[in-house]
Amino acid sequence: MAVNRVEGGIFTVMVIGIGDPHDPALGETVAEQVRRNPDFFANAPVVLDLAETLSCTSVADFVALKTVLRRQRLVPVGVQNASAAQLRAALAVDLAPFPSVGGRRVAARNEAKANGSGVATRLVTRPVRSGMQIYARGGDLVVVAPVSAGAELLADGNIHVYGPLRGRAIAGARGDGDARIFAQRMEAELLAIAGRYLVSEAMPPEHLKRPAQAALVEDRLQILPGFEFDPGRE
Amino acid sequence: MGKVIVVTSGKGGVGKTTTSAAMATGLALRGHKTVVIDFDVGLRNLDLVMGCERRVVFDFINVINGDAKLNQALIKDKRIDKLYVFPTSQTRDKDALKRDGVDKVMDELREEFDYIVCDSPAGIEHGALTALYHADHAVIVTNPEISSVRDSDRIIGMLASKSRRAERNEAPVAEHLLLTRYSPDRVARGEMLSIDDVKEILSVRILGIIPESETVLRASNTGTPVILDPTSPAGRAYEDAVARFLGEQRELRFAMPERRSFLRAWFGRAS
Repeated sequence: MAVNRVEGGIFTVMVIGIGDPHDPALGETVAEQVRRNPDFFANAPVVLDLAETLSCTSVADFVALKTVLRRQRLVPVGVQNASAAQLRAALAVDLAPFPSVGGRRVAARNEAKANGSGVATRLVTRPVRSGMQIYARGGDLVVVAPVSAGAELLADGNIHVYGPLRGRAIAGARGDGDARIFAQRMEAELLAIAGRYLVSEAMPPEHLKRPAQAALVEDRLQILPGFEFDPGRE
Repeated sequence: MGKVIVVTSGKGGVGKTTTSAAMATGLALRGHKTVVIDFDVGLRNLDLVMGCERRVVFDFINVINGDAKLNQALIKDKRIDKLYVFPTSQTRDKDALKRDGVDKVMDELREEFDYIVCDSPAGIEHGALTALYHADHAVIVTNPEISSVRDSDRIIGMLASKSRRAERNEAPVAEHLLLTRYSPDRVARGEMLSIDDVKEILSVRILGIIPESETVLRASNTGTPVILDPTSPAGRAYEDAVARFLGEQRELRFAMPERRSFLRAWFGRAS
């Protein structure tokens, strides 16, 4: 027989700072962000940060907001930094109060850093075949198997491949420029970190087909040979 | 309960139908009651390769639609006891493969047969996905050539996610790689991917290596599965593959360039 249980869970959720909920351009602003990364934003839960608005004290305000966001396939799940009146209205439309961090809008990356090891790392132990896409939302991705050409790995954090990486690897998918990509055998078709990318043809051949890592160095994506610490490099 | 084997590849023209015919025949020759089914609706050719195209009355689609019973559509092979062919329709297309209909047919076949070999169409759409859905085993037919290897990788990924075993979280479909149209001389010259190259890219166990052979064309033209041709190296290789499938150890013949015997070389030079 199925058992119901109550447990704690730790998640990373996107925050949308609300200025004017009735601004007709709000939908377009959100839509533009979604358009850049449609798969990441599809049905994503969002928390509404009300720190900068005096509005949203009525149920009607929230209903309007929810409609605009649902149209972009975002799912409002709560509010942050709400006044007593705002919270009353929010609860009436099933938006829960979320704890505020510093009282200002917080990017997903900072929240993940604050949570530290609380964000789960996704582990994959079977080969990632051509055409497969794996997205580690909110954390790192570790693959202990070969990654075929034509496969795609995505992570909000770092990507680690203990095997040949022959497909595409996209780390820091939501903008974390500190993310890195590690591969035991670097043969990737494409590497990207926080929007900066490098195609196979542009990768220095002396670093390929051996252990290597990719990182953003002064805003440019670079391949660094090996995993050994080089005291001279720093 | 019968075991379902899907013969698939992703890429077209690599030898799926030839392999389905040869393996089904091989299994039947070993005493297992076997049926081979054509899933390539609209582009059927299994019946041609099996040599029974002039005896097709009812087909897979007729049975799915309830127009005929299973035993009216099954064709008993004239040469080998225990071997049956289940042809498909030439006039319909893959949309005629309805999920419930196929499920019912497969359940019935599992009751009656030891092995059910499914000859898949090329591609990764409805026809190919329907063919692999019920598989317990998959024979992935691959030519030692880069686009075939890439497509095989894709179809292996689909076996891992779109099969019924994957949906129900059961033990995964067993994967067997069959390398066809292999030419050891071309590999030695560096023109063709080697066995090790393919193993490195695909990470799947090798079931067998079928050498490139003119006898394959002759076999399909005469409607005789190549495994029945005693002079054919491809036929011998298929025999080895069937033996390995059934758990026997066999050395990989046909993997090395043919050693020209000393006498042959001497006479060759003298003439």
